[in-house]
Amino acid sequence: MPNSRGFFGNYGGRYVPEILLPALDDLNKAFSEVRNDKTFQKEYHGLLQEYVGRETPLTYAGRLTEHFGKARIYLKREDLCHTGAHKINNAIGQVLLARKMGKTRIIAETGAGQHGVATATVCAHFGMSCIIYMGAEDISRQKLNVDRMHLLGAEVRPVKSGAQTLSNAINEAIRDWVSNVDNTFYIIGSAVGPHPYPYMVREFQSVIGRETMDQSLRQEGRLPDHVLACVGGGSNAIGIFYPMLDHQNVMLYGIEAAGEGVKTPRHAATLTGGLPGILHGSLSYLLQTQQGQIAEAHSVSAGLDYPGVGPEHSFLCDSGRVTYASVTDEEAIEGVRLLSSKEGIIPALETAHAIAYLKVLMPTTETSEFVVINCSGRGDKDMETISKFI
Amino acid sequence: MKKLGRLKKLFENRGSEQKIMSLFITAGYPDPGSTVELIRELESSGADIIELGMPFSDPLADGPTIQHASKIALEKGVHLDIIFDMVSEIRDQSDIPIVLMGYINPVLKYGLEAFFLKASRAGVDGIILPDVPPGEFPEVESLCMKHDIAPIFLVAPNTPEERMRMIDKSSRGFVYCVSVTGVTGARDGSEVSQSVGKFIDKVRNNVKNNPILIGFGIRTHQDAMAISRGVDGFIVGSALIDYIRSVSDQEDWIKKTGDFVRKLKYGTS
Repeated sequence: MPNSRGFFGNYGGRYVPEILLPALDDLNKAFSEVRNDKTFQKEYHGLLQEYVGRETPLTYAGRLTEHFGKARIYLKREDLCHTGAHKINNAIGQVLLARKMGKTRIIAETGAGQHGVATATVCAHFGMSCIIYMGAEDISRQKLNVDRMHLLGAEVRPVKSGAQTLSNAINEAIRDWVSNVDNTFYIIGSAVGPHPYPYMVREFQSVIGRETMDQSLRQEGRLPDHVLACVGGGSNAIGIFYPMLDHQNVMLYGIEAAGEGVKTPRHAATLTGGLPGILHGSLSYLLQTQQGQIAEAHSVSAGLDYPGVGPEHSFLCDSGRVTYASVTDEEAIEGVRLLSSKEGIIPALETAHAIAYLKVLMPTTETSEFVVINCSGRGDKDMETISKFI
Repeated sequence: MKKLGRLKKLFENRGSEQKIMSLFITAGYPDPGSTVELIRELESSGADIIELGMPFSDPLADGPTIQHASKIALEKGVHLDIIFDMVSEIRDQSDIPIVLMGYINPVLKYGLEAFFLKASRAGVDGIILPDVPPGEFPEVESLCMKHDIAPIFLVAPNTPEERMRMIDKSSRGFVYCVSVTGVTGARDGSEVSQSVGKFIDKVRNNVKNNPILIGFGIRTHQDAMAISRGVDGFIVGSALIDYIRSVSDQEDWIKKTGDFVRKLKYGTS
């Protein structure tokens, strides 16, 4: 749990304009109320079941296991969620909260477009108005998702500042929120931002980890030995890690995007190559210059292309509970190929980072062990990017 | 002179009809070499306080105008040491109160203690950090006190009254009253003045230890007079930078900016 000021150890907080503090106070209060509210939880879990299609399977990856010849490998199939990624778990939770708070206008940022699509989907389901901020660069590399959002009735506003990616889209969404705070609910898509967002997003995504634990017990009779997830802002990772944090025998690995290499300026491996700083309302590791300006991140995967990371990941990195590593663009593409050819599952480029790390992890495992990878999203949206490499 | 004194003296000596005019510019915009000369011109044209913007790559409380100015300043290599040099150079010539305004991350990266020490030595009087509201970063507030730099906090139309009193207690120099919920430069003055009266009454009832300056949405002398009725003065930022942007390719842009500022303050140049 974060402390009362929203800190996980040294990381977190609420470094936002004064205008937003009353909104964060209201949000924190509303979220505390619904956490233990049976009616809310029933509605939330009902939608997860009937609309999202949970629980998602824990799929044994037989040919992938054979390929490495070590521990058994399972995939937690968030790619089978409605809309194609884990993002909808959180979008549903926050839209329900917005409705409860009487907010009529929904805004969100998106990088790869998955959170934008998830938010637009839930808004369509409830008949709510929805504006998505998206970097112009991301709009061009995730065109399919932009079309989906339009079809779902959302307005997609291109953001043309900076690198025109996720970080700039968050800036613009915050500016919108500052200007329309009375009627607007900002649905942050990752475990980042000012308190209570990192905590709230984690809570809405923890369903992934809880299901994984139940399914592991059912299918293997015990908890996994190793759990892998990709980390951009870190919502799918914290979602699968969090319920298992207290189980010290479960080794946890967060895989960041090394872009063209962490030794080059073109990467997004915040915990590997960053330093603590304040961006988008919280203190966490950041890619930044000597002068404290935010550096432009780079990753072939739009969803990981972010110079920050959720504050709880910074805490888990410092404490050593989670091992953070990174893989390059090229390795991620290999990861896409590997999972597609061995299992008939085309993963999102984000997810492919976790897959790619198997070549490092698997040789260290025992045949008696088993590994779970959070297969956070499917790769249809990335086909245009992937086509350039194959 | 003791630094906290410069702001204090300004407000104590204010005539009852006079409005204090605080002007925001981004350090190094349109180019770092002209910032000191520009500030001297602003002062001689009627500016009472200079808010000197420390450019940041991700200014999330600012609209397009200040985003643009920050971007240009960063491209031209502006960083904190250059800004401290600018302040020192002005201090050699003038006692105009100078308030630094910017986001916390560059300050944090510089080192909090080092930042406040150097700012104090350079002759900075106050600091505004829009992403550090009072209570969220206690170390910043205690370093302000230690180095005699006034922490200036903001109140907004949606700030609860109890919190306004807390902000007043935490602030020195003045309290920055944000006239509308929004980013800088977003509204025009006539739109603002209609809604602002009740809000100002509420601020005055709760902010009693500090002078109050009002900003956001002031573009003309008429705006300034209408919106700052009932407070100690007003702040102009985006409108000034828009003007500078419109004339900065002309040889006498600094002089022209002086004319613009006189018109802002007095209604005629």
